[in-house]
Amino acid sequence: MTGRADASWPWPPVLAVPIVVGLLLLVVPMAALVGKVEWASLGADIASPEALSALGLSLGTALLATAICLLLGAPLAIAIARAGDRTAAWLRAIVTIPLVLPPLVDGVALLALLGRDGPLGRVLAVWGVEVPFTTSAVVLAQTFVSLPFLVLAIEGTVRARGIALERTAASLGAPPWTVLLRVTLPLAAPGLLAGTTLCFARALGEFGATAIFAGNAPGVTRTMPLAIYTAFHGTGATQATAIALSLLLLVSAIAVLLLARAWRPGAMTGSVR
Amino acid sequence: MRRRVSAAVAAALLLTGCSPADGGGPAAPDGEPTAALTIASAASLAEAMTTIAEAFEQGRSGVDVRPIVSDGSATLATQIRAGAPYDVFISADEPTMAGVAELVGEPVPLATNRLVIVVPSGNPGGVRGLGDLAGASTVLCAPEVPCGAASERLLALHGVDVRPVSLEQSVRGVLAKVEANAVDAGLVYSTDAAASASVETIAVAGAEQVVNRAVAATVLDSRELELAAELVRFIAGGEGRAVLEALGFGAP
Repeated sequence: MTGRADASWPWPPVLAVPIVVGLLLLVVPMAALVGKVEWASLGADIASPEALSALGLSLGTALLATAICLLLGAPLAIAIARAGDRTAAWLRAIVTIPLVLPPLVDGVALLALLGRDGPLGRVLAVWGVEVPFTTSAVVLAQTFVSLPFLVLAIEGTVRARGIALERTAASLGAPPWTVLLRVTLPLAAPGLLAGTTLCFARALGEFGATAIFAGNAPGVTRTMPLAIYTAFHGTGATQATAIALSLLLLVSAIAVLLLARAWRPGAMTGSVR
Repeated sequence: MRRRVSAAVAAALLLTGCSPADGGGPAAPDGEPTAALTIASAASLAEAMTTIAEAFEQGRSGVDVRPIVSDGSATLATQIRAGAPYDVFISADEPTMAGVAELVGEPVPLATNRLVIVVPSGNPGGVRGLGDLAGASTVLCAPEVPCGAASERLLALHGVDVRPVSLEQSVRGVLAKVEANAVDAGLVYSTDAAASASVETIAVAGAEQVVNRAVAATVLDSRELELAAELVRFIAGGEGRAVLEALGFGAP
């Protein structure tokens, strides 16, 4: 982890081709997107009622989903990190499933559970609670798809830190809550920060599960990704608005990465293990 | 730096706490009793519904028609089956409405629509008629949605075999791809073609034989069923019909 490039690494010069092509593949479409932006009308496009409504809804739901993920995910992550190898492997596999599934499938699954014919949906209907096609459904869909990112990031950090300091603190008489709040969580801070920002970014970009489980109603469930999709399908906002919203998502993604410093080695160990 | 970040996160969380998911309740100005309706409309009729909904709200204080939920008729029907909280459903054709017959009120015919070919301005694919679609890059509605069902019948009528580069879930998806000059041609409703400034329209002989009839119905799960029924009557009535006619829809 020195800051310098390792000049002694022997590698075939021809590898420069895939390296450059790979980088271009990632960068050029983003540059083309920025090139498509109509700067003169950018302010008006973002300030249009459709765009503002989608933006507000996206920020509100993504923040709420991130908060729920933290409350549920951090304890789960610590539990996995402290579990025995077999149990941890099982738990990690379960947590990873939504991450490797297409979000559309997550949406179908949520609808199967909470839809009007779903086992939980039928129970909730007795109390007059209907979750699908509401703003709550958006938050739930975002929570479902984002939780794995948070759990894996935190779990990686907690596991890497080991348990020695916690044992010491406990042996000196610190009660469990104190150990958790004063030792475990501060030590896991890098993972918490990386996990939280990744989780927020994932929630902000959530599309597939939302489209299936929450629908696409302006002001209720039409978040930024759905507004962009809708605009490109010719209804709702215009394409200029869609590109303006895409730019906004791109900028917020960069901001999130800056905040998490996710490019640093080890910042995402949890998610690549 | 770290302290500032956590302060920002805390502020953000506080903000969300204050603005929870409240898509539901309509705003009540001056404590007036309000009722809100949601129209789920086929993409091809969404603009007309926006105009008609505004006219409906005018003479009725305390009635709020929310922004139109617009998508392909088949998508909306699936959502209604899954319990989506819509009050009125506007389907672009009768078979799609019939698919949710047990969940909606008696369908009322609204208008008819026929298909035309649209090409990007300048007609880069040199399309002159339906027969040229076989050799051009063409985008159609998926056969499951009303415009796609009509497209299939129209192409069969002329014995043309098209291999579409994309099958869209709504007619506006087809129009958007032609508008973006991403394909040579598409089949859309004449009203959608007329609403677009950036496409050229080519009429198709025999299109009047595969007309789609748009229908409106209340969604029986609606919490404002009576008001929803009033809205359906309004859409099908004189004022609604005038809006539809002005946009180029045919008589039902």
